[in-house]
Amino acid sequence: MTGTRRGLSFYLLAAFFGLFVLFLYGPIATITILSFQGPEGGLTFPMNGVSIHWFKNLFEQQAVGDFGGSFRRSIALGLTVMVLTVLFSLLAGFAFRRRFLGSGALFYLAVASLIVPSILVSLGIGLLFNILGIEPTWYGSALGAHLTWTLPFGLLIVFAIFNRFNPAYEEAARDLGATPWQTVRHVVLPILLPSLIGVGLFGFTLSYDEFARTLMTAGSFNTLPLEIYGMTTNVTTPVLYALGTLTTLFSFTVIGLFLAGVMILRRHRLRRTGAAG
Amino acid sequence: MTVSAVPSEASSASAAPRGGEVRRSVLRRVAPYLQAGPLALTLLVFLLIPILTIVAVSFWDYDSIRIYPDFVLTNYEELLTSPVTWKTYLNTVKFAALTWVITLLIGFTVAYFLAFHVQSTTWQMVLFLVCTIPFWTSNIIRMISWIPFLGRNGLLNSGLISAGLIDQPLEFLLFSDFAVVLAFVHLYALFMVVPIFNSMMRIDRALVEAARDGGASAAQVVWNVILPLAKPGIAIGSIFVVTLVMGDFITVRLMSGGQSASIGLMIANEISLLQYPAAAANAVVLLAVVLIMVVAMLRIVDIRKEL
Repeated sequence: MTGTRRGLSFYLLAAFFGLFVLFLYGPIATITILSFQGPEGGLTFPMNGVSIHWFKNLFEQQAVGDFGGSFRRSIALGLTVMVLTVLFSLLAGFAFRRRFLGSGALFYLAVASLIVPSILVSLGIGLLFNILGIEPTWYGSALGAHLTWTLPFGLLIVFAIFNRFNPAYEEAARDLGATPWQTVRHVVLPILLPSLIGVGLFGFTLSYDEFARTLMTAGSFNTLPLEIYGMTTNVTTPVLYALGTLTTLFSFTVIGLFLAGVMILRRHRLRRTGAAG
Repeated sequence: MTVSAVPSEASSASAAPRGGEVRRSVLRRVAPYLQAGPLALTLLVFLLIPILTIVAVSFWDYDSIRIYPDFVLTNYEELLTSPVTWKTYLNTVKFAALTWVITLLIGFTVAYFLAFHVQSTTWQMVLFLVCTIPFWTSNIIRMISWIPFLGRNGLLNSGLISAGLIDQPLEFLLFSDFAVVLAFVHLYALFMVVPIFNSMMRIDRALVEAARDGGASAAQVVWNVILPLAKPGIAIGSIFVVTLVMGDFITVRLMSGGQSASIGLMIANEISLLQYPAAAANAVVLLAVVLIMVVAMLRIVDIRKEL
């Protein structure tokens, strides 16, 4: 491929790609601009002055319900989902390296978890808890509902890592007298770490943004997406955009932190292997 | 791998008492079950049992106050004999088909550009990240963000009016089937791009070279070499897009402004009216339909080598 001249098709495709990116980011850029509407401004252009009125409005309790509380709950839930997703899918990844009774069934169950519509998970857990007489809570039933969505992703990523993983490293460690635990701790985990950070990112953001699976499982306290959804039906001011801008900014920050983490890790490793070799 | 592990273990354990060796071999045999346990337990409690609950409740009876354990077929009867159900299914399938075709065209083109036309690996990764980042942000916010663009006084309408193309604002832009499909494409195009890109990156570049040396035009290379080899990625993307759209209710509710229906929305409405057995019967049928669609797609394309 290298060396071929860039023909017309390249520029056409590049233009298409540019339009696609504009399509992806254009709307969110628009509401970011509109969230700085003046106090008299509406949901669409023109801008009626520029202010941070709507951001202030967002933090006034009575205006838009419990924004702070739902934000805190969503973060706590996201972090819990993240930790459990990394842990459970990594452990299961180790298990799947060997054949065990029911491994096929478990794999299909995990894949089915991706295919089953979210609202079914929500309804099923809601009904189950209802029948058992257990009160649904965001840290109980909603946590489980989110895991049914994040775990299959985590598992598939861990599978992909182990497929590319060279077992010679483990054998070398074993030959040098490492115990199984030492092999995992000092050889396997450091190699897997960047991908595990990816699994963590999946776990956190999928949970943080999950709506349908939380609908019937969150109990009496809303998570952020439920709160935002509630706002869409009864708020008709740019305060909605201010919230959108803030949560998107938060998401971008989280993604940025994860990417920076992976990059620092890689650079650190390069330096270490460079020094060793 | 286990074969190579036996001698070293045996030699290290030879000094240890026999009991330790037995315990270790038991542990080795039990280990996979302990490791897979948390995953299996989570999926059992929060996926399998809830779905079985739905199946059970779909045969229950209910009135306006509560639901009763029973075995009646009325929920299914009412569901399947109502013309509303069939119309709603038709509408949902229409959404799924439209979204599938559009995301497939976009996904294939974008993935093809990234995989075969962007030459530096760094740029490939950067542009790929640019495509994937919106996936990590809130779906509801991404839907809301179309309001200033599509609304009656939105950017598109005012742009078209000032360009002299229309006199009256177009009413069909927001709160319509058009807006629903647009939002679906916006939300789920990524689910097509990523697996197709993944498949394309695995295509041996020598095959493309060979086809070109053999005199194939660029279009022929795409059609006869790249497309067949990208099929597993297309299948995975299609499964994601179709199942997500078939089960959706929030996009349809928000973007159609309550003027259009989908099966998911129908279920959500029944839930909010506390008609759980009706919702359950509806959910069972939806699950069956989605599974049939997925199995059909897997029949056409074998994706096992992608996993």
